[in-house]
Amino acid sequence: MHLSPEVPLVWYLLLSAVLFCLGVVGFLIKRNLITVFMSIELMLNAVNLSFVTFAHQWHDVKGQIFVFFVMVVAAAEAAVGLAIIIAVFRARATLAVDRIDLMKL
Amino acid sequence: MNESLHLWLIPLLPFIGFLLNGLLGRRLPKAVVSAIALLAPLGSFLVVLLASRAALPHSESYGNWITVGPLNIDLTFVLDQLSLIMLLVITGVGFLIHIYSVGYMHDDEGYWRYFAYLNLFLFFMTTLVLAGNALLMFVGWEGVGLASYLLIGFWFQKKSASDAGKKAFIVNRIGDFGFLIGLFLLLANFGTLSFSDLAQKIAANPTMTGGVLTAIALCLFIGATGKSAQLPLYVWLPDAMEGPTPVSALIHAATMVTAGVYMVARTHFIFDRSPLALSVVAIIGAATALFAATIGLVQTDIKRVLAYSTVSQLGYMFLGCGVAAYSAAIFHLMTHAFFKALLFLAAGSVIHAMGGEQDMRKMGGLRTKTPITFWTMTMAVLAISGFPFMSAFFSKDAILAAAFASGSLGKLLWFVGLVTAGLTAFYMFRLWYLTFFGETRSHDAHSHESPWSMLGPLAILAVLSVGGGWIGAGRFGAFLSPVLGTKTEELTGSLEYIMMALAVAAGALGWFLAHRMYHQRSAAAQLAAPAPAGYNLLQNKYYVDEFYNLIVVKPLLTLSKYFLEWVVDFAILGGLAWLLAGIASLSGAILQRWQSGNIRSYAAWLALGAAVLLYFVLAPHVFGAASLHLGMAGH
Amino acid sequence: MHLILFIIFAALCLTGAVNLLFQKQPINSALSLIVVMTSLAVLYLLLGAEFLAAAQVIVYAGAIMVLFTFVVMLLNAGREERTLGSSAYRTVGFPAVAAILAVIATGFMKLQGFGDAGIQDHITSTADLSTVLFTRLLLPFEVTSVLILVAILGSVALARKGDAEGREPR
Repeated sequence: MHLSPEVPLVWYLLLSAVLFCLGVVGFLIKRNLITVFMSIELMLNAVNLSFVTFAHQWHDVKGQIFVFFVMVVAAAEAAVGLAIIIAVFRARATLAVDRIDLMKL
Repeated sequence: MNESLHLWLIPLLPFIGFLLNGLLGRRLPKAVVSAIALLAPLGSFLVVLLASRAALPHSESYGNWITVGPLNIDLTFVLDQLSLIMLLVITGVGFLIHIYSVGYMHDDEGYWRYFAYLNLFLFFMTTLVLAGNALLMFVGWEGVGLASYLLIGFWFQKKSASDAGKKAFIVNRIGDFGFLIGLFLLLANFGTLSFSDLAQKIAANPTMTGGVLTAIALCLFIGATGKSAQLPLYVWLPDAMEGPTPVSALIHAATMVTAGVYMVARTHFIFDRSPLALSVVAIIGAATALFAATIGLVQTDIKRVLAYSTVSQLGYMFLGCGVAAYSAAIFHLMTHAFFKALLFLAAGSVIHAMGGEQDMRKMGGLRTKTPITFWTMTMAVLAISGFPFMSAFFSKDAILAAAFASGSLGKLLWFVGLVTAGLTAFYMFRLWYLTFFGETRSHDAHSHESPWSMLGPLAILAVLSVGGGWIGAGRFGAFLSPVLGTKTEELTGSLEYIMMALAVAAGALGWFLAHRMYHQRSAAAQLAAPAPAGYNLLQNKYYVDEFYNLIVVKPLLTLSKYFLEWVVDFAILGGLAWLLAGIASLSGAILQRWQSGNIRSYAAWLALGAAVLLYFVLAPHVFGAASLHLGMAGH
Repeated sequence: MHLILFIIFAALCLTGAVNLLFQKQPINSALSLIVVMTSLAVLYLLLGAEFLAAAQVIVYAGAIMVLFTFVVMLLNAGREERTLGSSAYRTVGFPAVAAILAVIATGFMKLQGFGDAGIQDHITSTADLSTVLFTRLLLPFEVTSVLILVAILGSVALARKGDAEGREPR
């Protein structure tokens, strides 16, 4: 089989789809608040990958700019989210997602 | 168009006063509230005075208000001789009554609220008068109704006051309904509501008489009977006396209730073309004048006497309109504004002196205790009774003369008017004797004169009541002729003097009877003795309220109670409510299973939703023949 | 060369993601996430996004993941405890994820006119990116700084030590 030096961009997209679904699965099966949060980050990264791929395909810098903004938002979200996790942990002394089921803190 | 007179300032100033006092008044000190409230009508009055020197008529348009298809209504204010006189009366008398109110309402908790409402009333009333088209007039018309409702029910903690407010509002609705139908008829037949356009269109069509015009005129007149308390819709006005006395003076004597007269005069070009409508106006006017005067004979509440007197005098004005003597009607409107405002304010001063007592049987002997009130009241009583060369002498005489000059029906109406003049003198002097003469009949007799803020307006109004007639005597018709036309059948000299003499004689007779019965200590019962049935009939105001109660209110209540409450409310609405509640709780019971509070199950359902959405968005591309084009098509 | 690099780092990426799912200790999950992010940075570089590759390493693999590991240690998060939650995630969630993957993957496979990526492909330089960012998108860019400021304030307010009722500390 001739090894082409080039990679079809669709592969990148498929990788991002698989990563995204792994993130969703992580959200579903993980029982720790922090790992659930990590799964969300994983989903965000998967989407970022597809953005970059599309930007490459269309030679358009806007896709990359969007990734840049996603990163900014993700950073802010991580800071606030982790602060919330700390507050939840203080109030309930647990990180188990299933224990935090009263829709209130 | 000549230079702008800034007519918009006239309604706007009171509106600003209303906003300031209405929104902030609760927190402002009383002095500031009074200053705002007084400056508003004073400013308007000055603007009117400045504007009065300009060439009339003057109209100002402030752009388009409503544009729907062919219908085009502008926001137009018109200042002509007619609206000028109305504005002078409204803002001038209004300002005096504002001053009076400062003293009268001084200790009331709702001081700021009272002045806010009063300014609101002035805003709507000036809008009504300045309006260049019937729809804008209707806005003012409804607005003064609202202000009237708010002020009648001002002491809303008192059930009778809030009931009276509702009664005024509901009875006025009936009249407004007629007014609205009249507007629709105008719109359907002429396609415009602007007074000047209507006048032109009707003038351009000289053969057009009766028919549609009669219908329009009668509908408008129904509106006028509501607002101006004529038969059969007068019932709200006597009850409106539940409001504070200055309100009765301003709204229910001097200005708002004359809006009907103003409206008829404003649309006189319609009435002129319909002899039938004119006759109806004249007959209703004369009948109301007589009817209300007879009731006024036996009332014991000082304000109710004045209220029936107002109804009666308004009847005079409509009698004047009905015989096409519009300028005489407006003349009487003006003098009436002076002396009736004075009567009410003086009565308010009396009530103030008596510590809130309104029953004349408990008054008496106030002549020495409240001398200024006494003298100003005397001027007003003389004026309304048609004492020679006082204001009503000229204006009432003008109406009676015009009635006499207008055919055989007019002769009868003239006679009714003459009798009413005698009755008027009688009940006014009865009030005068009962209040100021004899010995005090109240027990806690620490009566005192009112403060100067109340006496000042009394004095000014007394001067106007005495001399007001000279403003217009002989000149009024000519002044108003650009607006109202010059249709006046002048009486010949000698006949006119005979008429005057007869009117004065009728007044003198009324005074004489009152003197005999109430001053020379022949008790009122003496009148009642020979005709107890008649006395009772009058005492109970011809049972009109009871009659309306029986034929309108009772059936409505019964219908509401048995049909609406049981069938509509309980069975239909209640059943529906139960059904809806059942559906809601059932679906809630099912749906609450989703609300486990478990985040991961939420996420699972969310993922399912995302999958379904993605499927529907992408299905045609993914599973159909078409290929997927993402991104920019150009590449 | 490109293909080899892609295969290596894509595999690394997937391994990290799967490992993230199966680790019981949160700290291990966090470390696998770092692996995922770093390999993604290399993939970005392969796609010619050099600035994003750097930002990915600095912001994600650096700052954010440090924050994660810090919180894991601060809260002393141990092994996940087995809890009896709802089973909806299995019965509804897994089929839904499978459906999503199927729909998206089929959609991607059907894409037409998609090219290949070579090692010497055109590279978006940092200058290109910043030209757009500081001219046409200056306002959104500045707004993000406000967002970050708000996030800082929010996290300080949330994480500050108050009592259970959320009252102000004495």
